[in-house]
Amino acid sequence: MSTHEPTRTNDARTHEVADPILEIRDAEVVFEMDRGVSRVLDNVSIDIERGEVLGIVGESGSGKSMLASAMLDAVVDPGILSGEITFHPPDGEPVDVLAQDQEGIRELRWEDISMVFQGAMSSFNPTMKVGGHFEETLKAHEYDVEAGMERARELLADLYLEPDRVLDSFAHELSGGMQQRALIALSLVLEPDVLVMDEPTAALDLLMQRSILALLEELKAKYDLTLVFITHDLPLIAELADRLAVMYAFELVEVADSDSILSRAVHPYTRSLLNATPNLDAPLSEMRPIEGSAPDPVNVPEGCSYHPRCPLADEECVSQDPGFRPTHTEDHLAACFHWEEASEAIPFNIEREVNDE
Amino acid sequence: MSSTEPLISLKDVEVHFKESGGTFDFFSEPETVHAVDGVSLDIEENDVVCLVGESGCGKTTLGKTAIGLQRPTGGSVSYRGQDIWQAKDKKGDVEVPYGDIRRALQIIHQDPGSSLNPNRRVMKTLEAPLRRWQKDMSAGDRRAQVLQMLERVGMTPAEDYASRYPHQLSGGEKQRVALVRALLMDPDVILADEAISALDVSLRVEMMDLMLELQDQFDTSFVAVSHDLSNARYFAAHGGGRIGVMYLGRLVEIGPAEEIINNPKHPYTKVLRWATPNLKEEASGEPPVRAIDIPDPKNPPAGCRFHTRCPEAREACRGETPESYQVDADHEVACFRELDDHEYWSSPELAGEGPGNEGEQSSAD
Ligand SMILES: Nc1ncnc2c1ncn2[C@@H]1O[C@H](COP(=O)(O)OP(=O)(O)O)[C@@H](O)[C@H]1O
Ligand code: SF4
Ligand code: SF4
Ligand SMILES: [Mg+2]
Repeated sequence: MSTHEPTRTNDARTHEVADPILEIRDAEVVFEMDRGVSRVLDNVSIDIERGEVLGIVGESGSGKSMLASAMLDAVVDPGILSGEITFHPPDGEPVDVLAQDQEGIRELRWEDISMVFQGAMSSFNPTMKVGGHFEETLKAHEYDVEAGMERARELLADLYLEPDRVLDSFAHELSGGMQQRALIALSLVLEPDVLVMDEPTAALDLLMQRSILALLEELKAKYDLTLVFITHDLPLIAELADRLAVMYAFELVEVADSDSILSRAVHPYTRSLLNATPNLDAPLSEMRPIEGSAPDPVNVPEGCSYHPRCPLADEECVSQDPGFRPTHTEDHLAACFHWEEASEAIPFNIEREVNDE
Repeated sequence: MSSTEPLISLKDVEVHFKESGGTFDFFSEPETVHAVDGVSLDIEENDVVCLVGESGCGKTTLGKTAIGLQRPTGGSVSYRGQDIWQAKDKKGDVEVPYGDIRRALQIIHQDPGSSLNPNRRVMKTLEAPLRRWQKDMSAGDRRAQVLQMLERVGMTPAEDYASRYPHQLSGGEKQRVALVRALLMDPDVILADEAISALDVSLRVEMMDLMLELQDQFDTSFVAVSHDLSNARYFAAHGGGRIGVMYLGRLVEIGPAEEIINNPKHPYTKVLRWATPNLKEEASGEPPVRAIDIPDPKNPPAGCRFHTRCPEAREACRGETPESYQVDADHEVACFRELDDHEYWSSPELAGEGPGNEGEQSSAD
């Protein structure tokens, strides 16, 4: 392999999930900027398994939202998306998402893959009652309004809201937590298979965030959903998520089931991130920030992009791209040459049980 | 004024806001939002107090009242023994002029972006407080002090950062500029209103360390408002301070940080502890509240305000309001369960339904 490979294949394909609902291959987003080419999503590949909860975790600006919009070909102009996104409906032929025309995408969004975007509380029109939003969505997609509103009521009740009161309110008459739950109900009214949520609870207090996560778990089971939950807050999502995908500098750096990430993460970034997270259990003196800062997308370091901050970096890391590889198990993937040394070099500040199998 | 006087002393503070009804509601009486009720609290020099609780529980209002930005509708707030609002109104013997008090008590807002003027370079924003409060400082000294403070908070090269506009800064950097701006006033107390939870998880420890270092160096006290117990623990415990838990306008528990985390007494504090994600892979189960949504502060429940959601609520909690009872020297809690002989123990439990909205059963089923 050449030592100066310009782009990296961050390939989670080796994680053959049994029944993928979404396959993302070499997804890349670039913006041409005055300062140079800004590659804000760098060859990301991952399979999302039908029925799983996938948590995508990374700090602000790491490219999480880009990955989310890539899944629905919703990258904002003038960003250029390339790669392959395949949606596998429960029955019927696979859908090549990036080959769809506008009408095809419009149907796919909401009806198959629904999305709650970052800062979406403002997506309610302030002059229309919440009920109006449900009706409009149903009509726009030519769904039976009466049956649809029945479903809306049920969804609202599932989310511990009073359906009549909420449908008859303007968004501003509801608390932030109620608005967010109403929005989740709205995003599910056309019975999608996948719900992608980008920082859906970040503006809410922790108790409401945790309560919403508990409700999502119930909704997922009741409506057979696949959930993709995007956040900078790893501890928040760790319990709900079956798997976690950690992003750093516009790429995936580690993908594994949540327990494995918590008990034996192998990527130095993931381990340091866990140690940097305020929590109630770790000794106070053992929580420490990660040195340095994340790179600018026009100027990502050569080799392993984490090398300027990594205590394990050596010459190989500076010049060569580590690429994704299986580690402890076939399913625990990480992009690091020295993953075997990471746990000794960066010990966790809390003991966590390794629950194998 | 004696030197034993606390820096800030709040006595039985009440803040009620009158709110008119809906836009088309011309006839109904204005409603009253009970933002803060019956709170007493002293803040000492070099102290740290973290106020925690849900959105809308009155944390920010109490914080603003403590630093003289919000006039209480009842009770009193004093700074080094001087009643702040008497100073403002020039009533009685004013020993500390209002201007000095204002300057001594500063705030850092939740959203640093919106509190910085987008059309001003960092240097200009940071020179403003010095211009205002240190009129005889030369322009050169002013700039030198700003640059030195930027370096102090890790924004190097300082000249480069000083020449930027807010949109050229990351969230963490904006927050540092806001911190520097507050510190340049050489304040006694800084109110940090959700200044930490606005940052990425990975940046929080760094920002709190910075604030704590400055607390030491400049002898500044902090009142921090947060909905996140992990941040409150880190900040208050490192700063040798207390955590105060608020629920619907009342301070329901207060004590030393580690004591509140490891030995919480109030059922609501335990709920907040549940809501704090742990990194230990323990399943946390259902929220331990009987209702997900906090009741409307326009119409707070009678008796103990938490009784509509409290998992331990009994009939007695509906009628009578618990006072603050002493658990330990600095640990107080407002719950009948602290009194062994209270009638609470013999009164029937309130129906133990699962989480619902506002304590009512969901209508659809
Ligand atoms: N419209 C845009 N034009 C150019 N760059 C952008 C645009 N939107 C976002 N970016 C950049 O893309 C990178 C990744 O952004 P994003 O996916 O929003 O990150 P995250 O969701 O992880 O916070 C960041 O460096 C951000 O500044
Ligand atoms: S590849 Fe090298 S620099 Fe990158 S994370 Fe692993 S050890 Fe660190
Ligand atoms: S007084 Fe009663 S309702 Fe209030 S917190 Fe204690 S047990 Fe719960
Ligand atoms: Mg984002």
